[in-house]
Amino acid sequence: MTNRILENIKKVLVLGSGALKIGEAGEFDYSGSQALKALSEEGVETVLINPNIATVQTSEGVADKIYFLPVTPYFVEKVIKREQPDGVLLAFGGQTALNCGVQLYKSGVFEKYGVEVLGTPVQAIMDTEDRDLFVKKLNQIEVKTIQSYAVSSVNEALESAEKLGYPVIVRAAYALGGLGSGFCKDAKELRELSVKALNYSDQLLIEKSLKGWKEIEYEVVRDRYDNCITVCNMENFDPLGIHTGESIVVAPSQTLTNSEYHKLRELAIKIVRHIGIVGECNVQYALDPESEDYRVIEVNARLSRSSALASKATGYPLAFVAAKLGLGYGLFDLKNSVTKTTSAFFEPALDYIVVKIPRWDLGKFSGVSKEIGSSMKSVGEIMSIGRTFEEAIQKGLRMIGLGMHGFVENKELIIPDIDKALREPTDQRIFVISKAFRQGYTVDEIHELTKIDRWFLSKLRNIVDTAEKLEDIRISRFYLQLSGNNDYYTDFEEHIEILELLVHAKKQGFSDFQIARAVYKDYTNDFHTRQIRSYRKAHGILPFVKQIDTLAAEFPAQTNYLYLTYNASESDVKYFGDHRSVIVLGSGAYRIGSSVEFDWCSVNALNTVRKEGYRSVMINYNPETVSTDYDMCDRLYFDELSYERVMDIIDLENPHGVIVSVGGQIPNNLAVRLDNAGVNILGTSAKSIDNAEDRHKFSSMLDRLEIDQPRWKELTTLDDIHKFVDEVGFPLLVRPSYVLSGAAMNVCSNKPELERFLTLATEVSSIYPVVVSEFIEDSKEIEMDAVAQNGELVAYAISEHVEFAGVHSGDATILFPAQKIYVQTVRRIKQITRQIAKALNISGPFNIQFLAKDNYIKVIECNLRASRSFPFVSKVLKINLIELATKVMLGIKVEKPEKSAFELDYVGIKAPQFSFTRLQKADPVLGVDMASTGEVGAIGSHFDDALLTSMLAVGYRIPQKNIMISSGGTKSKVALLEACRLLRDKGYNLFATGGTKKFLEENGVESTFVAWPDYKNAELKVNEMIAEKRFDLIINIPKNLTERELTNGYMIRRGAIDYNIPLITNARLAGAFIKAFCRITQDDIKIKHWEEYN
Amino acid sequence: MQRLRLVRLILENGIVFQGKSFGAERPASGEVVFSTAMVGYPESLTDPSYKGQILSLTYPIIGNYGVPAKSETDGISDFFESDRIHASGLIVQDYSDDYSHWSGTESLGEWLKRENIPGICGIDTRKLTKILREEGSLLGKIVFEEDHETDENSVFSAADYNDDSTDFYNPENDNLVAEVSCKEIIEYGKGDKKVVLIDCGTKLNIVRELIKHGVSVIRVPWDYDFNTLDFNGVVISNGPGNPNHCVATIGNIRKALNNEKPIFGICMGNQLLAKAAGAIIYKLRYGHRSHNQPVRRIGSNQCFITSQNHGYAVDESCLSSDWEPWFVNMNDGTNEGIRHKTKPFYSVQFHPEAKGGPNDTRFFFDEFVKLIVNH
Repeated sequence: MTNRILENIKKVLVLGSGALKIGEAGEFDYSGSQALKALSEEGVETVLINPNIATVQTSEGVADKIYFLPVTPYFVEKVIKREQPDGVLLAFGGQTALNCGVQLYKSGVFEKYGVEVLGTPVQAIMDTEDRDLFVKKLNQIEVKTIQSYAVSSVNEALESAEKLGYPVIVRAAYALGGLGSGFCKDAKELRELSVKALNYSDQLLIEKSLKGWKEIEYEVVRDRYDNCITVCNMENFDPLGIHTGESIVVAPSQTLTNSEYHKLRELAIKIVRHIGIVGECNVQYALDPESEDYRVIEVNARLSRSSALASKATGYPLAFVAAKLGLGYGLFDLKNSVTKTTSAFFEPALDYIVVKIPRWDLGKFSGVSKEIGSSMKSVGEIMSIGRTFEEAIQKGLRMIGLGMHGFVENKELIIPDIDKALREPTDQRIFVISKAFRQGYTVDEIHELTKIDRWFLSKLRNIVDTAEKLEDIRISRFYLQLSGNNDYYTDFEEHIEILELLVHAKKQGFSDFQIARAVYKDYTNDFHTRQIRSYRKAHGILPFVKQIDTLAAEFPAQTNYLYLTYNASESDVKYFGDHRSVIVLGSGAYRIGSSVEFDWCSVNALNTVRKEGYRSVMINYNPETVSTDYDMCDRLYFDELSYERVMDIIDLENPHGVIVSVGGQIPNNLAVRLDNAGVNILGTSAKSIDNAEDRHKFSSMLDRLEIDQPRWKELTTLDDIHKFVDEVGFPLLVRPSYVLSGAAMNVCSNKPELERFLTLATEVSSIYPVVVSEFIEDSKEIEMDAVAQNGELVAYAISEHVEFAGVHSGDATILFPAQKIYVQTVRRIKQITRQIAKALNISGPFNIQFLAKDNYIKVIECNLRASRSFPFVSKVLKINLIELATKVMLGIKVEKPEKSAFELDYVGIKAPQFSFTRLQKADPVLGVDMASTGEVGAIGSHFDDALLTSMLAVGYRIPQKNIMISSGGTKSKVALLEACRLLRDKGYNLFATGGTKKFLEENGVESTFVAWPDYKNAELKVNEMIAEKRFDLIINIPKNLTERELTNGYMIRRGAIDYNIPLITNARLAGAFIKAFCRITQDDIKIKHWEEYN
Repeated sequence: MQRLRLVRLILENGIVFQGKSFGAERPASGEVVFSTAMVGYPESLTDPSYKGQILSLTYPIIGNYGVPAKSETDGISDFFESDRIHASGLIVQDYSDDYSHWSGTESLGEWLKRENIPGICGIDTRKLTKILREEGSLLGKIVFEEDHETDENSVFSAADYNDDSTDFYNPENDNLVAEVSCKEIIEYGKGDKKVVLIDCGTKLNIVRELIKHGVSVIRVPWDYDFNTLDFNGVVISNGPGNPNHCVATIGNIRKALNNEKPIFGICMGNQLLAKAAGAIIYKLRYGHRSHNQPVRRIGSNQCFITSQNHGYAVDESCLSSDWEPWFVNMNDGTNEGIRHKTKPFYSVQFHPEAKGGPNDTRFFFDEFVKLIVNH
């Protein structure tokens, strides 16, 4: 490779995407990591700006310098000034990086510092991002776009819609993942949506809706010599009208003829050449299901969610190649990184089908609308691979992890109006289709209601047919066959029929459980499932392992990228049975509470396994991750993390052992069953894991060790609950095991609240017990992340929450090392940790959560696995706790780090990222259930600069002038008083609601009265002022759960979100933030990279 | 679950695959080849170049969009590459009988039955591909089992089921070009400029592309001495089997090389032109059959993704000094085209007419027509 043209590029700045949010998630860790790898391979010095501390790309050795700073023009310019890079890559950090890059280009910063934009020129980016320019550009080459009007006011929007005819779709320009976009069927809906959307974007596009057309995407690569390839095309299962991020997607397309496939492919190349992309680009089409008519929906001149998916779907490393092309290579210079011998200038041929399914977590939010549409709400996704559509979709529906077993044999859904549920899609639609088939709907009827192509529906129908055949098997016959009791069994015909049916079902992706459920109906238990497993194993009904090699076996490839299928008769892999494999179980789909941090843990475990001379084997199915990159491990099984599939793989691999403690709760939950099956669980034993997970066992262990815990009880009747209340008093934390609606947990402060929660939102019975625990107000929450070996503590990190207990640890702002706790507290926490480590004989990572009030320490929870904060504390501490833990699990004796290693001269703060803007109508209030979708970590020389950096990185802005305060109950009013004084001294205008104004006045702080939304006659009404965007910051502390409070508070909070005004709902955090920006300014934040903190 | 009849694919090396029949229930034999194209089964099956071959598709889910109507425009089929299926059989992993497409008028299975061509599904086509890749192309036959129920998990061997009524058939020994070529001259289009199309088994899209450019096409049988005709240029088409059978064609091309009229060869046309120019042809281990073959114009940075379907290749080392290699395959370095150094004679091993496959090299037709117009 001598053809690199841009020899002058020695140092390159890469912009990351910041915290994970809806519409911008782990895929950009993957693409950024690939780009950095490509640059390093060329000897280019790399500088990365990304505050997302939990990512793989912000790990040691990935980039030469890492700045945990906000990806905003202000900070990026500062870094450019300091680092003087020769080039910058804008296409690898999602819309965040792209928007930031465009702004810096427009303001002349790149020119000023002589920084060359590598890859696609900024003008080309602007041509694709600005709708008007885009349409003009494509008109030049006679490519059809969706007719639309760019408008900048509500009236213009209404006028345009009249011209186009309803329904119309509204899109906000320069917005990620369709933020502020939506369908409007009439003027009323359009008015409402455009008011909101104009807050995010100065420009809106009103276009005619093509609901029902097929949605097709192509991933295109172009080099500077004008050579083009399309790496992959994809077809949406859900037709146009549902955002592609919300859609089930298959690759390659399934219902396109050669003519359609290549017509759209040719157009994609034509577009990409005309726009002048250098690198990677995505073209989205609407295709008429009745002809070859088409429209281009949009072009993304950057790596995207789809390109990450395409990379995983094909094995073609798009981001890696795009980065190389940015440095000046031609595609012909590069090799196919799977075959290593053939050229990178080629188009992958797939010999399997890939299905992507979004993962929603809408149940986590109160008030949110469950309908899915043109704006994205999903928080993660999975990719499943099979050799029939039926196999892939059933695998996929298990992977999303919502308790479903596939397309059929799930818990009965209650759907009052199936027609409506088919017509107006929600996150449940695929299961509604299943139900509809069961109720006798035909493929054509479902097609009419959903517009989903009949091909997909016919395939789903096949699954239902098979389920019905399984359900028809006479249990007695089946049982005899399963038990191998052939003496009683004479009907050979029937025997063969059942066997064939089982094979057929397996080829359609039925799990052992689904088969058991079909036969035994509601009586199914674990025994039945195991019986089916052993029966099919005895009859040789086993899955085969196939490679993903980019060329459909045309050329030999030493690829380690694998999946399992029943649609085969031979495995591609030969197993040696050498017991050198160590299997690491990954984290599955990103979801609220489990995200990129576990990918970091998995990748670090794999690295360590490999370094220690074992064969590293990964099982995971999340296409947004680095752990599913086939060069991160020796073998990658892109497959299910179900007991059945993990055991299938273990049977083949015959491993030295399995690591279950780095992938979050999914692998952790498998520990006991794997252990029962005789699998060697590395590190802490499954029994200990169970002792920590089982509330009763863990609690009695704490009692034995004389460690304090909040009083709790598992109760099955309302009477018992009231008895418990009499004992411990309010407030209480209530965790039902069955939730009808709303949050899964709640804090209740009085009897009416408790009654309301228990009767309206939950069911209390012996089947669904409720766990009620004492809730200790105003106590600190402290986290211990640690590693132990054979029960002895090796390394630890103690961090504290800024907020008082009651905010979920995933939503809390976390400070490490803990700064504001007593020495005595620290000592006691260490003591307890040692006791627990010993009692559970921990060998590996673990996390304990404590409550501290005065000097009383109570244990709330203990997980014998890596926690969400492992990457954060590892990076701040500069001791890789996962590397240490993995060594421990491999049985290598580790040294305890020097004591001084735990003394830091700087602090780290981890702040949550919320995505409430995308979740229409959701109440943006924090509680005991987690709601954040991502996080950032900032390092500073003290609390204030670290906090300010982290808050700026998750989208807060330092207010200019007007601050609205509604400070809740007395305690929070008092807590905020000092902060309010500071604000007054700094010359801010304070606006306060009734109670708050009175309180401030009494304490000598002036403020302007603003009335609650439900006031009839008031001069200044808070909701009106929000709509006029008069505030720069809103502080709204929820006071109590009275109807009026709730409604008014909700309107203020939701208003803040809808009008894009920074909102804080926690008094402790609000106080800390205010103090920070009053004491220091943005300019005081030091521009220092990670290594410089020591 | 459909009850389909059991059927076997038996390879000459003794390996047996068992599948289920979804096409015509009759035995067939030929050379077993694989294609990695993910779309375009109606085009491939009607491509005369597949004559004598049993086609296995590596993309596992086939039949999704059915089969289009047999409609015609100006005497040329709208959707197919010839008037019938030429492949001897079709092998797939997962067959979709329920098709869905606006252009579909019947299912793939119905079509195969109508054309009396067997189709097998339920075969591990990746395993088959790997066998063909490792051992080179193999002869094979499709054999139907007697109508009795059999446990599909039991082990078969070739000996158990070797049906003597069906022999292995080696298409290499026959002049397949003669079988698929037109029997008499067919003319298309009304343009002033005339292009002779030597029909070695031409795909109809070569005709469509030419007449689209306003020329008229004189399609002649493979052994017809077109030099006697009045024309402005020659296109040598694609075609099946071993090019060494086409002695007559090569002789006619040699005559044409004495003139200056532009000649453009496609696929077998490349091999025949190369032979006329002194090169020899050899059989590839397992051929190129796909829509994703990368080629590079020698001495340039220009690369193209091409559609290919050939089992033989040009050994360019024997080209006479007037000729030069023009394109090269970026995966395995084989020849992808040659050209005369001074005269307007050239050919490509890939299919610029596509159908199926990418259209990236369609510009060859623009250039060829420009050449004859300006000549």
